Amino acid sequence: MAILSKEEAQAILKKVLSYSKADACEISLSGSDGGNIRYARNAVSTAGQISTMDLAVSSTFGKKTGTATINEFDDASLQKVVKRSEELAMLAPENPEYMPPLEPQTYQESKTYNEKTAAITPDTRAEMVAKSLSVSKSASLEAAGFLENSTRFRSIMNSKGLFAYNKGTNVSFSVTVRNQQGTGSGYIEQDFNDLDKMDTLALSKIAASKANGSAGAKAIEPGKYTVILEPLAASDMLGNMFRGFDARSADEGRSFMSKKGGGTRLGEQLFSENVNIYSDPTNADVPSATWSGDGIPVKRTQWVEKGVIKNLSYSRYWASQKGVQPLPFNSSIVLEGGNQSLEDLIKSTEKGILVTRFWYIRFVDPQTLLLTGLTRDGTFYIENGEIKFPVKNFRFNESPVIMLNNVEALGKPVRTGSGMIPPMKIRDFTFTSLSDAV
Amino acid sequence: MKRKDFLYLSGMGMGALLLPDLSAFGNPIDPLQALEGGVDAKIKKELADVALNAAKAKGATYADIRIGRYLNQFVATREKRVQGVANTESYGVGVRVLANGCWGFAATNKVSKEDIAKAAEQAVAVAKANSKIQGEPVQLAKQKGYGEVSWKTPLEINAFEVPVKEKVDLLLQVNDIAMQNGASFVNSVIFAVNEQKFFASTDGSYIDQDVHRIYPSFNVTRIDRASGKFQTRSSLSSPMGMGYEYMHARPEDKVTGVVTRYKGRYDMLEDAKAAALDATEKVKAKSVEPGKYDLVLDPSHLWLTIHESVGHPTELDRVLGYEANYAGTSFLTLDKWRSKKFKFGSDKVNVIADKTQVGSLGAVGYDDEGVKCKKWDIIKDGVLVNYQAIRDQAHIIGLEESQGCCYAQGWDDVQFQRMPNISLQAGKDKLSVDDMIKNVEKGIYIIGNGSFSIDQQRYNFQFGGQTFYEIKNGKIAGMLNDVAYQSNTQEFWNSCSAICDQSDYRLGGSFNDGKGQPSQSSAVSHGSATTRFNGVNVINTARKI
Repeated sequence: MAILSKEEAQAILKKVLSYSKADACEISLSGSDGGNIRYARNAVSTAGQISTMDLAVSSTFGKKTGTATINEFDDASLQKVVKRSEELAMLAPENPEYMPPLEPQTYQESKTYNEKTAAITPDTRAEMVAKSLSVSKSASLEAAGFLENSTRFRSIMNSKGLFAYNKGTNVSFSVTVRNQQGTGSGYIEQDFNDLDKMDTLALSKIAASKANGSAGAKAIEPGKYTVILEPLAASDMLGNMFRGFDARSADEGRSFMSKKGGGTRLGEQLFSENVNIYSDPTNADVPSATWSGDGIPVKRTQWVEKGVIKNLSYSRYWASQKGVQPLPFNSSIVLEGGNQSLEDLIKSTEKGILVTRFWYIRFVDPQTLLLTGLTRDGTFYIENGEIKFPVKNFRFNESPVIMLNNVEALGKPVRTGSGMIPPMKIRDFTFTSLSDAV
Repeated sequence: MKRKDFLYLSGMGMGALLLPDLSAFGNPIDPLQALEGGVDAKIKKELADVALNAAKAKGATYADIRIGRYLNQFVATREKRVQGVANTESYGVGVRVLANGCWGFAATNKVSKEDIAKAAEQAVAVAKANSKIQGEPVQLAKQKGYGEVSWKTPLEINAFEVPVKEKVDLLLQVNDIAMQNGASFVNSVIFAVNEQKFFASTDGSYIDQDVHRIYPSFNVTRIDRASGKFQTRSSLSSPMGMGYEYMHARPEDKVTGVVTRYKGRYDMLEDAKAAALDATEKVKAKSVEPGKYDLVLDPSHLWLTIHESVGHPTELDRVLGYEANYAGTSFLTLDKWRSKKFKFGSDKVNVIADKTQVGSLGAVGYDDEGVKCKKWDIIKDGVLVNYQAIRDQAHIIGLEESQGCCYAQGWDDVQFQRMPNISLQAGKDKLSVDDMIKNVEKGIYIIGNGSFSIDQQRYNFQFGGQTFYEIKNGKIAGMLNDVAYQSNTQEFWNSCSAICDQSDYRLGGSFNDGKGQPSQSSAVSHGSATTRFNGVNVINTARKI
């Protein structure tokens, strides 16, 4: 059994800690149980069921730390892993950035676990995939997809008495539906903690409708366009930006958050006034653990308010150098929007491009966060509030920082990856060339 | 965390995040433990027979087993500080079977006869369950058994035998040289891999292999506080299928010119100094005027363009649609190959697949389904002539046997089609880089790989680089900034107008090429000599935020 209860995990961690002879000891115990099905050409190609549990022990003498892990849990193995971490610590070079273990903390209740998702069996997965295949087969389309579910727990304990535990579930599904001529392609992906929210039939119908709707795309000139980014496309762009909310790289002068002449852009207006971004691990739609990997409590944090940078994340070490409180980043990001649906955004657009998703996004310039990538699986031309015809895919060169300065409207946020992201209407989005790819 | 993220983090200098969760690589171990010999091949053969017999007894028509011990070592530093040293080991068994015409796979880290037999039975059960929703039955190309054979990466110095202290000292020296020459920050890493793989199949093969790879790298950042600008320059090393001898450069390994580049051996200290000077020059370099340029691409850059625009679209699983939901499909459809006249590139373009190339990342004796490795043409005189296939795909392109392209990243991952080394052949006529540049009127000479992006069928791509030099009337006219080129694969390769001769041929490569769901990583090399492409579209990537 790879998923331990809070009490079971605590008992093992206490036992391991009792074997420690080091100045400081930090232990983590985690496990996962899950499975997947992969399919292509309307048939299953591979399937797997994986269960793992690992224990990691970090022992420190002075500022010298050694880490060892093990996946056996008898007393002799537990003693061995502690001893090995202590031996490795003796051999390790001194870490000038070493931080001693945290004192015990209090955490908010986590909402990451769902009983039904934890009970998924290989049969559940097969049924969910069969529903997806029924859509493509009945419409003479071809589907390729991936369904994966997991239940995970993670717990930590240290020699100062800190203990934290979290258990969570996840089910994720993605499918690409293509027509047989290879001239149209549609895609959808969705993650949930709660199985009841996952409807592979409805999602596959959306992908199938995009496959049919995108067939026979016309080429239009690349250039600057108003775009409506579906939440998936918006999330593809923004994910690359959040990594830059790190105080250290900003202070060091090598981030888009660095200020000319030194310092960071904390407190500066960097985006349009209608951009508000926060993270909240207790948000029921996008829950995450209420403590970070090193045991710091994770709470609701405002990152951007009316376009102004309100917070940057600080590691424990960097916070100690700067005399501030450590602040972990958190994946439960909410980009606040309005009540408009995607359709409302389309209706209010005189001329523009609707983007389903982006693909192969890479940094071009870390200084400006310039990204390049392409549209994929459904790109459409909008005129006078209506989708007129599918267009060929574009390559873009655009920075999410510039994008968030050009926000015309934000729709209603929906769960996208681990965050809540709205469909977005952005002006002057830069497409630089055309692609023949379908 | 996967290897790719690890390299990304160490390259980005996100010190606070290092060392990250290494559990994805295996269990951390004492450095000396890596030198302990694995289980004897005779015992592995006995264990293998248990799996093969158990699978057959349950109704499998074919079975193979991989008993794998995967060792990794990372040494990561930043400026004057060691960020982390990690040794990891992952040991276990994966069993793959064919039953009712369908594949099944199961893996266990409990390497006992009883658990191996159980895994084999599970694999058969998975195959039988999946066969109910399977379309056509799997057709496996014939493969002769080789009996008991072995293969080892030809190496002079096992990287795992070199003391960690020696590696730490070297990296700290690299950092020191970079800082002395103007770097504001520097990260450096040595990454060593040893795959000890035993493969056996019901065809009668028992193959014992010992595979080594090494990858030293660094990233230098130069900051200009006054302007708020910063520039980086990464190492010009290449990951190699070699031992630690790669770190001991000889004079004959150095290619001199605008900057020193390296053949079979690498001088990390020399490159660190050059990188710091380059980063400083980059801060002041002029911004490129967008337009059409003739590009002169160094092998340290061109390998990635080959990887993305030739390697991936000729993977047969992509062509057939098996990667449609993730990496994508390919524009090189079967009809283009069948026509025997699809002009992929100019007459000068000859590309071969080669799993036998000494020093390359993809070199092994046998692939992960027991096929002896070989070499074959992919593009001949500009025409598409072949793909990359494994046993269950060979019949689709009319082959009697597999091309040996099967690989799994670990014992607990199922093996599937992965890219062999894919290399552009050097020019047949004598041509030096200097002579090539002499004939270019308006061009850009690009060294090192940078930003890269390509669409899901591999038509439209955009590449950056590490350093860019303007060529004006046959002469290098200083450094440029903000350069990226955009093109279409077929147009680009048809614009190939000259390739330097064999004396300039060098390998580059990817240590972590991702494919599949769940994603697996593989390592692959790409060789070339400096090559010229005419009239390629260059854009300016500078922006203001």
